[in-house]
Amino acid sequence: MIGYILKRVLSLIPVLFVVSVAIFLIVHITPGEPAAVILGLEATEDQVQELREEMGLNLPIYEQYFNWVTDVIHGDLGNSYFMKEPVTEAIMKHLEPTLSLAILGEIVALILAIPVGIIAAYRRGSAIDQSLMVISLLGMAVPSFLLGLLLMLLVGVHLQWLPVAGYEPIQEGLWEHIKYLILPAISLGAIQAALVARMTRSSMLEVLNTNFIKTARSKGVKEYKVVIKHALRNAFLPILTVIGQSFGTLVTGAVVVETIFNLPGIGQLIINSIERRDFAVIQGVVLFVTLVYVLINLIVDLLYGVIDPRVRLERK
Amino acid sequence: MMEELKRTDEYLTIKANLKKQQRQLIMRKIRSNKFMMLGSIIFLFLLIVALFGPSLMSFDPYEMKVTERLKAPSSLHLLGTDEYGRDLLTRIVYGTRVSIGIGVAVTIISSLLGMIIGLYASYYRTLDHILMRICDGLMAIPGILLAIALMAALGPSATNVIIALSIVFTPNIARVVRSSALVIREQTYIEAMHAQGAGSFRIIWGHIAPNTISPLIVQATFVFAETIISEAALSFLGAGIPAPDPSWGNILQAGKLVIFKAWWMVVYPGLFIIISVLGLNLLGDGLRDYFDPHTTRKVKRRKSKRVGG
Repeated sequence: MIGYILKRVLSLIPVLFVVSVAIFLIVHITPGEPAAVILGLEATEDQVQELREEMGLNLPIYEQYFNWVTDVIHGDLGNSYFMKEPVTEAIMKHLEPTLSLAILGEIVALILAIPVGIIAAYRRGSAIDQSLMVISLLGMAVPSFLLGLLLMLLVGVHLQWLPVAGYEPIQEGLWEHIKYLILPAISLGAIQAALVARMTRSSMLEVLNTNFIKTARSKGVKEYKVVIKHALRNAFLPILTVIGQSFGTLVTGAVVVETIFNLPGIGQLIINSIERRDFAVIQGVVLFVTLVYVLINLIVDLLYGVIDPRVRLERK
Repeated sequence: MMEELKRTDEYLTIKANLKKQQRQLIMRKIRSNKFMMLGSIIFLFLLIVALFGPSLMSFDPYEMKVTERLKAPSSLHLLGTDEYGRDLLTRIVYGTRVSIGIGVAVTIISSLLGMIIGLYASYYRTLDHILMRICDGLMAIPGILLAIALMAALGPSATNVIIALSIVFTPNIARVVRSSALVIREQTYIEAMHAQGAGSFRIIWGHIAPNTISPLIVQATFVFAETIISEAALSFLGAGIPAPDPSWGNILQAGKLVIFKAWWMVVYPGLFIIISVLGLNLLGDGLRDYFDPHTTRKVKRRKSKRVGG
């Protein structure tokens, strides 16, 4: 097991190296001088020179990269030129809404997807099964930001059940907090639900046709027990992978969706930085989300090994 | 002599018949897949709108009319007007040209680059290690974030959207081409080519490349759909096509600001996005089934789900 973990972690090193180089280079693909671009047209030559020194742009490029990576490893993502604060602090300040939204989105996805997937597999070819296939096909064609807009239009404007914009931190009470996140969470979770439901269905279908299920039935095990305890448990591995992947997708999706509902998360942070060309923030956010994404996938992979010993033997 | 002629004649008719049967079989296979038919029809419709639509429009997509601001759909303005009094249908049709145009460009560029990278990676071991680590790294960065970062650096314009999204999707294609090329390069006939002394260029492009085309086409369809979503998202976030040029994402961005007053500015461009992505996904699923004659239908369905997940 330790060998497996070690191997899996070591395989991340080249990936993270490429990620860091790609994100580092983003500043350098800007047409023209980055410092001049950040300062705008009215900057004087001296100001540009000063910022160049501050950003370390005078150094040779490999030295710049080395300095940057060393800082990043020490948890220093640089300083935002416009907000005059460390990027790490800015991200931490904006993290709560994004994280809350992603978690709530995952909950929405699972509540919708798992029961529907199980029923669709159990009553294969029924109306529920067929509508699931059609809905999931549609679900994959509707990007989450669009679903967010449509929900805003329907629920927020016409029915006026829920607020369509704004945010309350979790300290203001759980319901106050969640109230603002329900619509964004549905827009995020619904698409993931489509994927998870399809995965649940196909994974359950495979297991329901196996001999040990037949044996369990013939022994007189109650039907719901057969489905939940025997089948679902064995069908859960592929479902878990999809859930893991979907959580990564949800964190990224949250970045886009929160800008629609004016949630002050890290998505808002990066969007506000685009026009200002606040590269430190852009690089910081992209790097941070990528790390989260990579780590979640690592954890899922390791869990996979814990749950199913066949996996770790195979991969050795 | 007569005998021989007769035989050639017979041979030709049999051959023609066989060809005819084959054609019929292919047509039946395509027709039997209704979803794929629907997908191709939607795709063709979008292409036609993008190519010829703008010349059929009677309004100017840029001309602002203060008196006509935010008018609901009517017989004059079929889909209503936007916040500057511009005809929404015209804007959406011009936007189709932009969105589909970017989709086509990104799909072609990333397919070509991905094919070259995938083929050479599958052929040379050392190169494979380097190229695939780069692809892994780029794919580890969530696509839309990478695109946002690239757009922030390059600045908003249609060309830059194409560059940014091509960088995002090329690794995707490269991976698919590489994995199918790896299978083909182990085949006996490639070994035979080596034995005969064929050069690597001839083997790669003459014998491996044609066999990777079908998975490439399937993947390209999905990349097309993803490009449409990503372009819309970028423009919506203000990091894509700069105003006043119309694109579906741009119209949605403007629509969000007036969502309480003008539902049509969100619903109609949204419908265009949904329909085109749905059409492309159906086409991709159908093509995958079509190119994959060995497996039964049921198994294929399962497979497509896994890829989708």
